Amino acid sequence: MHTSSAPVWNARSLMEALALRSEHPEATVIAGGTDIMVFLEGGALELKEVLNIWPCDELRGIETTATGLQIGALCTWTDIKNHPNTPSALRECARTVGAAQIQNRGTVGGNIVNASPAGDSLPLWLALNASFEVGSVRGHRMISADDFWTGYRTTALEADELLLAVHLQNDETLRTTYRKVGTRMAQAISKVVLGGAIKTQGGVVTHARLALGSVAPVPVRLAHVEKALIGRPIDPNAAEEINHDIAPIDDIRSTEKYRRTVSQRIVRSWLEREAKEP
Amino acid sequence: MIEFSLNGHAVKVQALPMTRLIDVLREHLRMTGTKEGCGEGECGACTILIDGVPVNSCLIPIVQADGTEITTVEGISKDDRLDPIQDAFIEYGAAQCGICTPGFIVAARALLDSDPHPSKRAVREALAGNLCRCTGYQKIVEAVVCALGED
Repeated sequence: MHTSSAPVWNARSLMEALALRSEHPEATVIAGGTDIMVFLEGGALELKEVLNIWPCDELRGIETTATGLQIGALCTWTDIKNHPNTPSALRECARTVGAAQIQNRGTVGGNIVNASPAGDSLPLWLALNASFEVGSVRGHRMISADDFWTGYRTTALEADELLLAVHLQNDETLRTTYRKVGTRMAQAISKVVLGGAIKTQGGVVTHARLALGSVAPVPVRLAHVEKALIGRPIDPNAAEEINHDIAPIDDIRSTEKYRRTVSQRIVRSWLEREAKEP
Repeated sequence: MIEFSLNGHAVKVQALPMTRLIDVLREHLRMTGTKEGCGEGECGACTILIDGVPVNSCLIPIVQADGTEITTVEGISKDDRLDPIQDAFIEYGAAQCGICTPGFIVAARALLDSDPHPSKRAVREALAGNLCRCTGYQKIVEAVVCALGED
């Protein structure tokens, strides 16, 4: 039982949230709490002050825009799972985050900003070429997923900024995948997690974005695999390039060798499935 | 002062804002039906409903409970009559040591409230965030499936 006496600032609107963030750049931001409360209980986090954005309803909701989809940072994984217009790979991802109790509370924004190397959704945002809308009292800006995770548990957010929404481009021709490998289906932290998106035209790959989580300090694009795929029919052997792209380690959840082997196999098996599709 | 509804009754509590909801329930309000297992959101023993939705009460700071409607296992039975899920747990021997049982009952209740006719697979998926180290789950799933018929 932890008893933190840190003061908590409650943001009930977006304006209030940004003003509070600017006044309290050192505050720990709490959304659904599924990471923060675990760190706190385990003694891994000393709170000075807390900014509670959970009441901020403006950051909820999934909206169809002119070009795609806008997902509020406080959308929970249950919101994603139950929404008819979210990409199927993203819904699949939502189903693998913890289990019902965690999906009801854990947020899209929390997963992104917490920036765990094992964060379930992170490689998928890279694969889907997502843009993150961030804001402060100074204004809003967009950061591409490619530029967001800058190092182990660090992000491109400035101290006074909050993540507001994720923007996805609508593209019906995109073929996507999500695959998480853990000890069991529910409540498992990933040993390897894959997001993939590929496009073909006239039997030739014109677009390939693949990314893996849990195999490096940050989620990584598989640049060599992508390069081997582009401009030819889908070739599952492109998966062999993966060793140039990842740097897995031994840790409590898995080993370097296991991660290398499984990474290559899940990429290959996805490409094999896609190669059989028209 | 934090105010919320607990099993249909209005309550007010004075607590540090980051105090865990489970501690407020058990220590401040003496509602000890909700159990603590892991304390880190893995086991589901402390499952309660906030506005009808199952969550782990060990991961909720009390400040986020302000203005909500909370249901604990004590609120699942009505007027001293057990819920059909509770009857089924007894009938099927779906509890052994009992620590996980309140969490399973609450999570199962939430499932049946949102989907009165779930498949066996949906039952297993809805209860995947609840761990039991005694029964092996078979009797728990059977009890929930049985309760479906009587609900």
